[in-house]
Amino acid sequence: MPRDTLIRQINQIQDEILILGSMVEQATLSAVQALKNRDTHLAHEIFEQDQVINEKRFAIENAIITLMATQQPMARDLRGMTAMLEVNTELERMGDYAKGIAKVVTRIGEGEVVIPIQEIEKMAEIAVSMLHRALGAFISENSSQALAIPKEDDQVDELFNQAYRKIIEAMIANPNLIDHTNLMLWVIHNLERLADRVTNICERTVFSATGELFEIDGMDEDDANV
Amino acid sequence: MDNNHYILETQNLNIYYGNFLAVKDVNFKVHRHQITAIIGPSGCGKSTLLRAFNRMNELVPSARSEGKILFNGEDIYDPSIDPVEVRRRIGMVFQKPNPFPKSIYENIAWGLKINGFRGSKSELDDLVEQALRGAALWDEVKDKLDQSGLSLSGGQQQRLCIARAIAIKPEVILMDEPASALDPIATLKIEDLMRELKENYTIVIVTHNMQEAARVSDYTAMMMLTGNEERSGTVIEFDRTDLIFTRPKDKRTEDYITGRFG
Repeated sequence: MPRDTLIRQINQIQDEILILGSMVEQATLSAVQALKNRDTHLAHEIFEQDQVINEKRFAIENAIITLMATQQPMARDLRGMTAMLEVNTELERMGDYAKGIAKVVTRIGEGEVVIPIQEIEKMAEIAVSMLHRALGAFISENSSQALAIPKEDDQVDELFNQAYRKIIEAMIANPNLIDHTNLMLWVIHNLERLADRVTNICERTVFSATGELFEIDGMDEDDANV
Repeated sequence: MDNNHYILETQNLNIYYGNFLAVKDVNFKVHRHQITAIIGPSGCGKSTLLRAFNRMNELVPSARSEGKILFNGEDIYDPSIDPVEVRRRIGMVFQKPNPFPKSIYENIAWGLKINGFRGSKSELDDLVEQALRGAALWDEVKDKLDQSGLSLSGGQQQRLCIARAIAIKPEVILMDEPASALDPIATLKIEDLMRELKENYTIVIVTHNMQEAARVSDYTAMMMLTGNEERSGTVIEFDRTDLIFTRPKDKRTEDYITGRFG
């Protein structure tokens, strides 16, 4: 089969996207860990790691543009490459959510605060698992898997609502802690948005595999239930 | 058929060279004032199909065809139709620029004269200028109209051939790999010219260059050899060019345009 060069280079970029994906997964889990243990040192490591994520994102973007310019992809190849550009950007934004959580850790320092950590840990676990499988489906162009994964977002939304109620109750009970407790809304918002962005990756997977462009569950940027 | 929308239509078209069925059962429609590209691997019958549109195939002694080609709703193979008139209304531009070994002016004027032009010299001058302007060549040659057409560059010669074709005001221009002998800049000039020409003409282009088909055409017909024993060319997919190059329906089209054919 001809086009060995093209296929080899596409595979290389896919590998890089998977690496970027695991960096984001790791950053997300670490950020929640840092929050749980009030570990500002780990939070600073996440800031540094975010720099690496950003650089990697640009390197991948450059590689895709170069491949497009030199190999003139068509049809499935073209769809796959534009989808890689989108997924690449989504991953970088997800990295920013992890960084945002790490920032909350440094802002609360050792101050008193109510952290609904059970819900937060569970949200992170589900969101990261969704991301991991969504990237697998993306690389293998498995559109039926890609169509199924976004349904799990309902669990993340449910946990978001539980955590949201706890945070509001804590604010009412302890108005003097509002400043710090309010930051917990950022944390759960970031995790909820991260799971939403998994849906975007799944949409690109369906596009890459079939050429069909549509929103999988009708949820868009503005529907985040804050 | 909607005559306003489609200028050419093939119905169950078969083309033979002797006993060999070269093009088999082609059914597709050419949209008026649009550019239709015919793509496909070498030897799949693209040029044969193109030449059928103005009865050029019958200049090959062994060639014959079955089925119909409707031009504005009329079968061009009907015995009552004059093939010379068909070729006047459906012009052709070839792969290799082939100006007559005459002056630039005469390259245009000659076609007009043999097609019955009987006006004055100044009327003829106007028509020559119009054709050269229409082919985006006028500014480059207006001061040397008496020089040989063969003194021009390859790209200019090809535009001269296009000017010669449009001078007699055809309705359709068939182009067989019109840019394959040209450098990239001359190629882009021809492509820009094609987009201008489609305002007034319908263009059908055969090309090996998929990027060219993607850049220039509105519709694309994908041809391929099919059949087990005797391999004949046929149109396996016809659609809007943007769809053919982003999400073709036929796996064989996909394999060809992504370079996985063969």
